[in-house]
Amino acid sequence: MQSKNLLELAGAISSGAVRVVDLAFTLSPDFPVIVLPPEFGQAAPVRIQEISRYDGRGPAWYWNNVTFGEHTGTHFDAPIHWFTGKDLPNNAVDTMPAKDMIAPACVIDCSAEAAQDADFVLTVPIVEAWEAKHGRIPARHWVLLRTDWSKKGWRDYSNLKDDGAHTPGPNPAVMKWLVEERGIIGFGTETIGTDAGQAGHFEPPYPAHHFLHGAGRYGLQCLCNLDQLPATGAVIVASPLKIQNGSGSPLRVIALVGAN
Amino acid sequence: MIDPIKPPRRKNPLLRTRLPASPPRPRSRTSHGFTRAAAEGRFMLQRCEACGAFAYPAREACPSCLSADLAFADAPRRGVLLAETTARVPSDVYFRERAPWRIGLVKMDCGPTIVAHLHADCAEGAPVRMSFQLDKSGQAVAFARPEGETPNMADDRQWREMTADPKFRRVLVTNGRSVIGQEAVVALKAAGAKTVFVGVAEPWRPFAGEDLLRRQEGVEVVTLDAADEKSAADLAADIGGKVDILVNTTEYVRAGGLLDRKGTSIARDEIDQTYLGFINLAQAFGPAMRLRGADGVNNSVAWVNILSVYALANWPAFGAYSASQAACLSLSHCLRAELRPGGIKVMNLFTGPVDTEWFQTVAPPKVAPRAIAQAIESGLKNGLEEMYVGDVAEEVRQRLAANPKALERELDR
Repeated sequence: MQSKNLLELAGAISSGAVRVVDLAFTLSPDFPVIVLPPEFGQAAPVRIQEISRYDGRGPAWYWNNVTFGEHTGTHFDAPIHWFTGKDLPNNAVDTMPAKDMIAPACVIDCSAEAAQDADFVLTVPIVEAWEAKHGRIPARHWVLLRTDWSKKGWRDYSNLKDDGAHTPGPNPAVMKWLVEERGIIGFGTETIGTDAGQAGHFEPPYPAHHFLHGAGRYGLQCLCNLDQLPATGAVIVASPLKIQNGSGSPLRVIALVGAN
Repeated sequence: MIDPIKPPRRKNPLLRTRLPASPPRPRSRTSHGFTRAAAEGRFMLQRCEACGAFAYPAREACPSCLSADLAFADAPRRGVLLAETTARVPSDVYFRERAPWRIGLVKMDCGPTIVAHLHADCAEGAPVRMSFQLDKSGQAVAFARPEGETPNMADDRQWREMTADPKFRRVLVTNGRSVIGQEAVVALKAAGAKTVFVGVAEPWRPFAGEDLLRRQEGVEVVTLDAADEKSAADLAADIGGKVDILVNTTEYVRAGGLLDRKGTSIARDEIDQTYLGFINLAQAFGPAMRLRGADGVNNSVAWVNILSVYALANWPAFGAYSASQAACLSLSHCLRAELRPGGIKVMNLFTGPVDTEWFQTVAPPKVAPRAIAQAIESGLKNGLEEMYVGDVAEEVRQRLAANPKALERELDR
């Protein structure tokens, strides 16, 4: 591509001809994190501690110390996050190819189904029906599952019951199929985790993690504003923090959307 | 007989909030034997090991036989009020603001005559029950109450200065997710607290007992994650001026010491929740509490910590937890000193293993959460500073005093 085309893109972004949609939640202490049984290690929640705020600790400046787990807020999962991807080359956020951080997306709208059933699962027939309408999912595209889950209050968002979380996600067959038959670059959701809340009971457990990371692909979760994206044609920019041997990181995910 | 205190009206916003004053503070080192007694709710006097006579005030030698062998010992509380007087215009600022103030001379059955603050129902010639109380300076003073119960006894103006009675006060229980927190809410409401604010961290996460907590009248569930600086500060911005008693029910118990744990993430959670949580709460609520130490009937009066008795001596099976508790114990002494100008009591309640999920495999005896809640209530009503709840806590205390090295070896099992 010639650099003048890139400059044209930059101009279009600047002028608003290409919309930039923010797909990230604000990284804040009150955002729900994944809940594991208490005997396991837990993701540290976001903590923001003031260093100074134009006061005696620093008269002219405001800044914070921030701590969080790699998997808090809107975040990215690298292949090393799961045992299936632990031996792959360049499987961590600091070694993954930078070019993988920008890729187009197919958005599958299942918001109506998810509104009816918190345990809604994405299946191959549903994706095939989507393809019949929008065309075959190209290789190295993100598949983003729109459920409008991000519009819920925090309690309904995490939706924890005494038998675990009840949130929508993909079933094992569709994950294997998307990775192997469609060659997607990654899978993204609005919920906490790329997998369904009850995915621990699937076979294999946590199929999105299992198949994506086993094949060196990526995950995005806790996304929002997916309702502002077209079914096809949006370009996702998702560049995680370059944490040494990091398994993931909170990040600002943005989507570039052109005029149709 | 005294009239019951009335529920305080809303404050007149045109009036300045009265700042706390402190009664005289200096004491001799020996006199702090009374401070220890008052802190624990015991009545102790010096007793001569040679002749057995009780002495008061604190002395270096027995007034009967001149022996220097005087040790503090529990003493009978009964006495008779010989004479009383009312100070109408005292020169001391604290007492001047609270005048008229009654004091009297009490002849103790065990010998000494003691100058004491008087409950309004004490009558000359009548028997009294003596105690040492911590005043607004945190120092021990003798206090005489009628021997039996009288109507509205706890509402006595002078007695209420010595205690932290929850009646008509507003309480913040910092963690309502725990059974201890929920029991504390019930006990404090039953003790007459006007409002109990109860903190719940991560409100999106359901918990056992939630419905009951939310249904109770006079109980307000508020969002509070003590480990989060901003959460504590945000809540204090809303209700900081209305917290008269703060009960820190932070609970983070995990087994393990050093070698059988991998890395520091659990220890970090322990420190986050307990130690840093304590700091966040203190910085958020402490300043307003200290300022409101003389703010009428529902002035700010007390801060309660629930600590493991293993803060005093490490229990290796819960070794890192013990260390986090020791850090909080140390911090509590700092807080006590810093809240002292406001006359705020810092009460530490020590417990052994509690009958909760995280001590599941620990053999009894274990402390029932309800017993802790009842101890909070009684400690506040009596104005105590140190409480040992349950057999294990009491035993650890005694063994520590007897031989710390023996206790260390014996806890290593």
